[in-house]
Amino acid sequence: MSAQLLVFFILAALSVIGALSLIFQKHPIHSALSLIVVMVALAGLYLLMGAEFVAAVQIIVYGGAIMVLFVFVIMLLNAGLEEHTSISKMAGFPGILLALALTGFVAATVARSAGLFVQVAGDNGKIPGTLSSTRELSNMIFRNFAYPFELTSILILIAILGAIVLAHREN
Amino acid sequence: MIDFLSAHAEIIITLIKIVLLLFIVLTVNAYLTWFERKVVAHMQSRWGPHRVGPHGLLQPLADGAKFLLKEDPTPAGVDKFVYFLAPLLALGLALTSIAVIPFGPDPIRVLGHQVYLYIANPSIGLLVLFAITALGVYGVALAGWSSNSKYPLLGSLRSSAQMISYELALTLSVVGVLLMANSFNLTEIINAQSHPAWGVGILGWNIFSGPFPQILGFFCFFIAAIAETNRVPFDLAEAESELVAGFHTEYSSFKFAMFFIAEYTSMITVSCLCSILFFGGWLSPFPQSWTFTYYLPSLLLIPSGLWVIWDGIRYETIWGRLILPGIGTVIALLGLALALPQLQFVNVFIQGPFWLLGKILVFLFVYVWMRGTLPRFRYDQLMAFGWKLLLPVSIANVVLTAFFVLLRSNP
Repeated sequence: MSAQLLVFFILAALSVIGALSLIFQKHPIHSALSLIVVMVALAGLYLLMGAEFVAAVQIIVYGGAIMVLFVFVIMLLNAGLEEHTSISKMAGFPGILLALALTGFVAATVARSAGLFVQVAGDNGKIPGTLSSTRELSNMIFRNFAYPFELTSILILIAILGAIVLAHREN
Repeated sequence: MIDFLSAHAEIIITLIKIVLLLFIVLTVNAYLTWFERKVVAHMQSRWGPHRVGPHGLLQPLADGAKFLLKEDPTPAGVDKFVYFLAPLLALGLALTSIAVIPFGPDPIRVLGHQVYLYIANPSIGLLVLFAITALGVYGVALAGWSSNSKYPLLGSLRSSAQMISYELALTLSVVGVLLMANSFNLTEIINAQSHPAWGVGILGWNIFSGPFPQILGFFCFFIAAIAETNRVPFDLAEAESELVAGFHTEYSSFKFAMFFIAEYTSMITVSCLCSILFFGGWLSPFPQSWTFTYYLPSLLLIPSGLWVIWDGIRYETIWGRLILPGIGTVIALLGLALALPQLQFVNVFIQGPFWLLGKILVFLFVYVWMRGTLPRFRYDQLMAFGWKLLLPVSIANVVLTAFFVLLRSNP
C-alpha cells in the first residue's frame, strides 16, 4: 500500500508540474510536451486505480493521436515564441483570481464528499466493478449507455463533416 | 542476504530478465543489420560486408565501435533539451514494447520459482503496445523539429502525418483478432488459436481459421505496421534522395545509432506481433499427434552446423578456417544434444520458442526482402493508399468478422 501511495504522489507531482510548465513555457512545442507529460501521468493514475483500459485509451487517444496533431500543427505553422499583447497581459490578473476561485470550489467539493470517495473506492484503492475491466466498461457503453454513446458519435461525425466542408470551400 | 533475496525474488527475477532481454534484443539488432546488408547485397548480386571477420560476421561490432568513437557535435541553434530527448524517447519506447511480448508457453523452474518467458503480461497487452506505438511518433517528430534545419523538419512532418494516417488502419486491422480471441492479452490471443479444425495446427491460426479468416486483417496490419516503423516502401521520413537523411540528418555518433536501434527494435516487435496475432505465436503448424516434429530443431541445427563446418574449412582467411568450423561444431553439437533422449524435456520446452522465433525470422526476412524489392511511395500515393484503401478494407474486415462471430455464437 505504501508503495502505491508513493507512486501516486510521484504521478500527481508529475502532472501538477507538467500542468504548471504548460502555462509557463515560452515555446508552444515545450508547452505541448508538458501537456503530454500531464496526459501520461494521468494515465498512470488511472492505472493505479485499476482502470487499465481507460489508462491505455488515455495514452493512445490523448497522449498519442490528439497531442501528435497539436505538435504536428505547431511544427507545420512553424510557430515561434509566444507573443504578449497588452490585452493578454491584462488577462493575467482576473485569470489568477478565477484560478483561485476554481481551486477553492473544487477543494470544498472534495472535502465535503471525502467520505463518499472512500466508500466508492473501497479498501484497496480500486474502484470496484465499474471501470476495472474492459468487458464491463464496454457492456456499460454499448448496453446501458448506448443512446448517449451513439449521439456522441453523431456529434463527432458532424464535426468531421464540418471540417471537410470548410476545407473544400476554397476549391 | 539470502532472506532479502528470497523476500524480493519476484523483483530480482524480473530485473535479471530485463537485463537478459535487453542484451538479447540489442545483439539481435546488431546482427539484423548484418542480415539485412547481406540479403540485400545478394539480391543485388553483390557480396555485402565480408572484410571484418569471416563472412563479415564482426561487422556489427565494428559499426558499434565506430558509433561510440565518432565525434558528436551539436549543431548551432538546436533546441538542446528536445534535441537530446528525441533519440532517448525513440529508443526507450521501442525497447519497452518488447517487454510485453510472450516468447514461450511454459515457465522455467529456477530455485523453486516459476520464471515465465515474458517480463510483463498485462491483461491489456495489445493496448499497451499500441499506446507505446502512439507515443513513438514523438521521437521522430521532435528530432526533426529540434534540429533547426529544413530537411529534418520536412522529414518529421511527413512522418507524423504518415503515422497519424496509418495508426487508424493498424488499430482497426487487429479488431477482428480481438473479436475472435475475446481478449487483449497476448497469451490468451495465442491460446485462442490452439483449437484447430481436424487437429491440424496451422488451420487454427487466425489467418486461416475461425468464423472469418483474418487474411484481410493481416495484410492491413502488416502494411500499416511497415508504415509505422518507417521502413521501405514507406520510408518517406528519411528518403535519402529527397531529404538527405530525413529526420536524423543532424544527428551523428551514438544519437544516430539510437534512432537506428529503435527502428530495428520496432521491426522485431512488429514481427513478433504478426506471428502472435495472425500466425499462432508459439503454436506448431502440425497436428498435435505428430510428436516426431519435435526433432525439427535438431534436424535444422545439425545440417546447418555441418554446412558451416564445410564452408569454414574452405574459407580464404586463416581466421575463417579456425572460427567458422568452431561455430559449426557448436551448432551441430547443440542439435545432437537436443535429439538425445536424456534431454527430451529441454527439447519439449524449446518447441514453443522455436516456432515463435522461426515465424519472427520469416517476417524479418520479408521486411528485408521488401527493402530489396520495392521502390518508395510518392507522398500523395502514400496518403491515398492509407485513407482510401487500407482504412475501408480494415473497417470492412471488422464488420465481416463481427457478423460471422455473432453468427457462430447464436446460429
